[in-house]
Amino acid sequence: MRVTVRLFARLRDLAGAGELVRVVETPATVETVWRSLVDEMPGLREYERIMSVAVNADYAKMSAKVADGDEVAFLPPVSGG
Amino acid sequence: MAAVAVTSAPLDLQALIDEVGGTSTADGAVASFIGLVREQNQGRRVSFLEYEAYEPLAVRALQLITEEARASWADTRIAVHHRIGRLELGEASIIIVAASPHRAHAFAACRYTIERVKQIVPIWKHEHFEGGDVWLEGATANPDDEAAREAARRIACA
Repeated sequence: MRVTVRLFARLRDLAGAGELVRVVETPATVETVWRSLVDEMPGLREYERIMSVAVNADYAKMSAKVADGDEVAFLPPVSGG
Repeated sequence: MAAVAVTSAPLDLQALIDEVGGTSTADGAVASFIGLVREQNQGRRVSFLEYEAYEPLAVRALQLITEEARASWADTRIAVHHRIGRLELGEASIIIVAASPHRAHAFAACRYTIERVKQIVPIWKHEHFEGGDVWLEGATANPDDEAAREAARRIACA
């Protein structure tokens, strides 16, 4: 199945793109999607313990299930205000 | 504009005051907080900032925060607008307005809101300074973190 991956701020800079399409095997979780990204771009790994994740623009856990067509976002620590 | 917004347009304090009902005769106070782009940060001379947001989630997080604040200060109405894109020194990056019959509630709701924004709203500052640029990173956003929420409440009520 296909998922859209969104990356922001320094994660986006490290990956060189803010939006990617990934094909992953079913059943998949956010963690499955992250693993496939990190396999390809090991430089992202430093964010594993400090990032937040979202599915379809709602905060989620790494263990959350992902369905075909979902948007999965990986978010560095925030710095708004 | 709505009570909660993420926008690339310059922020307008009066628009937020109007959102919370203007200066209603039921209210005893309107408190506001305006966050500005500062010329110095951690010893660096800032040239300008670029703010980036995951907009749909940022709006949801701002709505969640105003709901949390209303759960604590039920007679208070809150508006919060966050700007994104390129901001020059001295420009407003965020404005929060809270109206209430009681000034203590208006001040507390305002302070609570800015503390929670810094904890859970997916917005990032890209600081451009003399000699380079850096993404600033603060808190790992987790809206379910009770300790973080309690810390914001303590600061708000201090």
